[in-house]
Amino acid sequence: MISVRGLTKRYGANTVLDGIDLDIGEGERVAVIGSSGTGKSTLLRCLNFLEKPDEGDIRIGDISVDARTASAAEQRRVRRHTSFVFQNYALFANKTALENIAEGLITVRGWPKEEAHARARDILSTIGLADRGESYPAALSGGQQQRVGIGRAMAADAELMLIDEPTSALDPEWIDEVLQLLKKIADARQTMLIVTHEMQFARDIADRVIFMDGGRIIEQGPPAHMFKDPSDPRTRAFLRKVL
Amino acid sequence: MRPLDLDYMLGLVPVLLKYVPLTLAMASVAMVLALVLASLMAIIRVMKVPVLDGFTRFFISFFRGTPLLVQLFLFYYGLPQVFSFLTAINGVTAAVMGLTLHFAAYMAESIRAAIVGVDRSQWEASLSVGMTTAQMMRRIILPQAARVAAPTLVNYFVDMIKSTSLAFTLGVTELMGATQKEAAGSFLYFEAFILVALIYWAIVETLTVLQRRLEIRLGKAHAR
Repeated sequence: MISVRGLTKRYGANTVLDGIDLDIGEGERVAVIGSSGTGKSTLLRCLNFLEKPDEGDIRIGDISVDARTASAAEQRRVRRHTSFVFQNYALFANKTALENIAEGLITVRGWPKEEAHARARDILSTIGLADRGESYPAALSGGQQQRVGIGRAMAADAELMLIDEPTSALDPEWIDEVLQLLKKIADARQTMLIVTHEMQFARDIADRVIFMDGGRIIEQGPPAHMFKDPSDPRTRAFLRKVL
Repeated sequence: MRPLDLDYMLGLVPVLLKYVPLTLAMASVAMVLALVLASLMAIIRVMKVPVLDGFTRFFISFFRGTPLLVQLFLFYYGLPQVFSFLTAINGVTAAVMGLTLHFAAYMAESIRAAIVGVDRSQWEASLSVGMTTAQMMRRIILPQAARVAAPTLVNYFVDMIKSTSLAFTLGVTELMGATQKEAAGSFLYFEAFILVALIYWAIVETLTVLQRRLEIRLGKAHAR
């Protein structure tokens, strides 16, 4: 169970997140939609403390932090419970695909190298890259890199997977393999919060869709309701443009 | 023009080669110490660590802003007059200390630039998996910065090897000091100094070969 209260982020006079309240149940798959610059990515980044929120409480399972007073150790604890998939993959450039997946297990969770590598090899099979473990990111296609990025997040075994526009940086030819992998993870009921512009995908995998505008959650509900019959005129206007 | 005394030169080769290990030892020890010190200073500068950042800036400014020879004289002849516990310091130690601090100042700036050049996404990815700043630096950022900084750092090492010759001015009989003594005895200054020049040159050329291997090794993650 993840619970967020009053999450606020300002850049100077510009309020990017305006008191977000959000609960996510275990195994729930939540998609966040909305135009660019409405705070979707900032929401994810604040939940992982890649941006430090100005205010708000974040509770993940049995850990609870107040954003205003969160110490470095508390921030790290939150990060360990929230894995992150980046839009631009952000694989460790000096590590192989296998090492990228094993790195957090070894460094952060203190696993012995052999065990971490064994786990990483399992994940490589799951993401369909069993034969590319020794490849460095520079030698992988965009789609393969993003699959490793997802594999790295899987290794964290986190309560919440934060996925930030996973296909936006990809050439069209690679989008499908990444979405298929994410579908597989969603089907395994990994709790996830995913920002995406792929509306069909959101409709397919999400239990709940959130529409954000101006740093606030405007409307949320099951995909059937959100895509067919949204209540708020702003949601309707947005969906008219993208569907 | 008088002909070169080749026999004298040939005879001098083994005499001077005996001093190569000391030159290499001084340069290597100073290089390792300078690398450690420079990396620390670079990290302090990048992370803008309070107080230490200001101290580091001052340190770099001083050691880049004054001649190495002045620094060496200051360490060897000057400081022991002020701090009596330094009177026991020998020429080799003073030279290594001077080389270390002088080159650390330059190298810190190269390493800092290389660290800053590592893509921001690498920092975010490291933090997102829960690494501490130290883990991020050691496992992700510094190895990538090393690749960028390597050619410059090897350049400084080359410069450092040649700069060990200044230890001669502190009374150390190293490669340059030995050559000077030999030349003073035989009066064949040209033969002695062209020979020592060739020896320094050969050392540096050997290093260039090693540099190429190092760069291939550091660049293996970036080969397609």
